[in-house]
Formats: sequence, structure tokens, C-alpha cells
Amino acid sequence: MPTRRTFLTQAAAFTAAPLLSPAASASGITDVNIHLHRWPHHRLPHDTPTALADHLHAHGVAQAWAGSYDALLQQDLTAVNARLAADCAKTDPNLFLAIGTLNPNHPRWQDDLKRCQQTHGMKALRIYPGFHRYTLADPAFRQLLEAATSARIPLQIVAQLEDERTQHPALQTPSVDLKLLPALLKDIPEARIMVLNASSTMIHTALQPAPNLWFDIAKLEGCGVLETLLQTWPIEQLAFGSNAPFFYWLAAKLKLQESALTPAQIHTLTHSVFL
Amino acid sequence: MRIWDLHCHLTGLPGLTPEERATHLLLYADRVGIERLCVYMGLRFLQNPTPEQLIQQNNEVLRALAAFPDRLFGFVYLSAEHIETSLAELERCVAHGPMVGVKLWVAGRCNNPSLDPLIVRAAELKALVFQHTWIKTGGNYPGESTPDDLVALAQRFPSVPLICGHTGGNWRLGLRAIQHQPNLYADLAGSDPTAGITETAVAALGPDRVLYGSDAPGRSFATQLAKVHGADIPESIKQKIFHTNLHRLLTPILTAKGIKT
Ligand SMILES: [Zn+2]
Repeated sequence: MPTRRTFLTQAAAFTAAPLLSPAASASGITDVNIHLHRWPHHRLPHDTPTALADHLHAHGVAQAWAGSYDALLQQDLTAVNARLAADCAKTDPNLFLAIGTLNPNHPRWQDDLKRCQQTHGMKALRIYPGFHRYTLADPAFRQLLEAATSARIPLQIVAQLEDERTQHPALQTPSVDLKLLPALLKDIPEARIMVLNASSTMIHTALQPAPNLWFDIAKLEGCGVLETLLQTWPIEQLAFGSNAPFFYWLAAKLKLQESALTPAQIHTLTHSVFL
Repeated sequence: MRIWDLHCHLTGLPGLTPEERATHLLLYADRVGIERLCVYMGLRFLQNPTPEQLIQQNNEVLRALAAFPDRLFGFVYLSAEHIETSLAELERCVAHGPMVGVKLWVAGRCNNPSLDPLIVRAAELKALVFQHTWIKTGGNYPGESTPDDLVALAQRFPSVPLICGHTGGNWRLGLRAIQHQPNLYADLAGSDPTAGITETAVAALGPDRVLYGSDAPGRSFATQLAKVHGADIPESIKQKIFHTNLHRLLTPILTAKGIKT
């Protein structure tokens, strides 16, 4: 942390900073929070796989962990996951890492787990408790976590996608209550979980560092939020995620500039070792 | 790119005094290239301040302005619930003080004509008026204005520029509401960096009625700057949104007060 004295010196006079300072330049970025396909109820920029691939390449993304917006509402997740795997492979297999979706409320979801891992070779899976209407207290979630853990496949929990205040009235989806997560992770220590789109408040009220828990930076807000967070959270368990194309991709990138981070810290953030 | 930030606060920063809070705010602003910041309301958020609290909140901003007169612009916090005190605060902080704008938040809805004397006096003083607006799926606060409420006010004062705070939050609906009211301007601040907000605002309002703001420190400068830096629009329009448009709106009062930028 800078001292009070450096604050005063730095704030005394304005000199225009370049858009991206050298410290914030990062290459070969791994973005852990990307979606392909269409948002359910309006069009987004870059919502075709090719357009999104071009956009991400232009920003220096080398690997994008991609789920599918189709998984939010479509019930045939087997087809959604197959299409996602095919689109990732067809568009840019070096860039896109397909992340399939499971819904523990669906009959025989275990078959989807097996197909994602064995047929599509997926390295992680994503779940949407808000859209799929269950909580982390439901026994179905625990069963899913146990199954993923014994299959040695890490899980991304999408805590929220859109601000509750702007959601479509017919599609209001609550944020995921993460308070049970620390206890579950203690119970199942081999589980590996990354929470996507957690807000700063969710983290402060529900989570504490655990060796098997990660989250991404897409929904974090507040001036200098990363340097504040790093006072209590290990950087190895934070990951660069953009929530693009729903969010402007640059929002995540500029957070690296707003906080005082070393090049080594930026490298760690932008090259997640979660998988 | 010159960047002025229309929408900042002193709440939620380290430090116990306005001067310390402003110091921290500027530290982060410097890292992302923001030259000047408009600040309003005091060390804590008060949705329905008493007359005494209004004065206190404005005193806190006055202290921050005195510490950084070359970096901060102040907007006086007024309340639809306390018209007399608000008129007196306009005199104290704008007519006889350094402030250049007005902030109205959620104490009362802005379509209520009881607010009109504030707008009349602000316009005489050339103070730029900012009204918070939202359209919340789950419902607004009782005193919280919608963009439609602001259109009603703007129709009563067609020659006074008014800023539609947050572009209604739900910007697709907010832009529809204000599109055809030429004295209304869109504030991009204080919502998630949802892709398309800036392109859609420029398409609906033209490049001259869109203003960059952050709502820092509650919001990160990064997420809000990205709405403009990351938009698929020409660099010349980004410059208008980041600086030229706000500069144009503030020029009458800056000139009247002899403030050089
Ligand atoms: Zn605000």
C-alpha cells in the first residue's frame, strides 16, 4: 500500500496517464468468464463465436473459458453442451475452452457430467443456481458437488449474471447465497470451486479464503477494489474474468490499472491455475 | 483523451475527513487518467437529509473543494423535501461559493412542481442540474424519480439542461424516455458495464447529449471508463462523452465565476 505521503504527492497535480500503463499491460490472458451464443432477451455485441473470438484476440486473450447462454433457459442441456463443444472446436480450439453446464434438478444429470467429461473432453463445468432455481442448501447441489469432485472436474458457480434491478420482469433470477460454501468446502476438501460474478459484498459477507475456493474479478466494484481485496485474499485464488460479452471486456482489464499491482501479481491474476 | 468525471462521491473511501477522502479519490483517478471530478454529497449517504444534514453534507464537499480547487468541481446537494433550505444552500454554495452544479437524489420525485423554484434559481445561476433516476424491476424508492418524471420537469423548463442520472439504470428504457426531450442529457455512471450502453445512447441521443461519469468510489473508475473506452464508436465521439460535452454544459458557470480549466 502506498503511504499517506505518496498519496498526497500523487494527488497534488494531474498528469494524464496513458490508457493502459506499462504495469497493466498483460498478454496471453486467460479469461475464465466468457459465454458464447445469445443472451435470452436482447442482442449483445459480439454474440457470434467468430465475432467474440476476434474481439478477445484483439484484447490479448489467449484462452477463454466459455459457457453458453443457451444453458440458462434451454432444457436440453445435452444438446446445448454438444453445440458449445462443437462451436468452440470449430471457431478457435486454441482460444475457447468449452465449459459445459449441469442442472442438478434435471433427471439423470449424471449422464451430462459423463458426456461433458468423456465425450467432449471438458476440463470444468458451470452451474447457474439462480436461473435453474436451487440453492446451495439443496441436497441436489451437494450430490452434484460430490459427483464432480469424484470425477475430478472443477466447478464454476455463476453467482449472478445481471443486476437484479435491471432484470427482465418475466425472468427475475436471485443472486446465489454463498454463505453455505465455506462449510461445504470443508466437508468436501477435494472439491475445486470457482465463483463467477461474485460482488465485493458477497465475498466479504459469505466467503473466507480456503485452499479449494477461487473467484473472478468481473463483478467487483469500488475504487482500487483489487488492491483492497488482496489484503485479505490470496492472489493465486483470484482469476481474471470479464463476464463478456454481457459486460464490456475492458472493464475487467482496467481494474488491473486502477489498483497498484506488480507485474508478477498481474501475471498471476491473468493466468489462472484453477484447472 | 481528456477525461472529466461527472459523478463522484466522498462515501466509502479511507480517511475520516473530506480532505483525506478526496486525496484517496484522486489517487485512483490519477491512475486511470481522469483530470477533473464532480463531487456531491458528504461523508455518508443520506437519502432524506434534514435541513441541518444538508448543510453539513455541503460543508464537507466545500472542504474537499478547498483542498483540491484545481481538480474538483462541487455540486450542491438539495432536497425536494426542504425547499427553503435548498434555496438558501444554492445562495451559499453556488451564488456566493465555489460550487457549479446541483445534485438532487431520492428525497422526492422531480415531477412534483414544488421543485420548480430550485430549477428557476439554479438556471439563473447557470448551475448544472443533476437528477438521479432509476427504473428498478423490483420498484423504486417512494421519492425516487424515473426518467419519465424527469421528462415532465424538462418540459416545464425546456431551455434548462438537465442531467438524467444513471440514464435510468435500465438504460434501454431510460433512453427511450428521454430521447425526444432535447434538454435532457444521459449520465452513463453507476450501473454495471453492460455492453452496448454507450453505442445505444449515442444512437438515441446523438453524440452531444451523452456524458461520462463513474459514481466512484462505490463504483470502480475502471468499469465505468470501460463503457466509453470499450464502445464501438469513433474516438472523436469518445472525446465528446469524456470531456467536451460536460465542458460545454459547465462553460457558462465557469466563465461567470472566472474558473479557468
Ligand atoms: Zn451517485
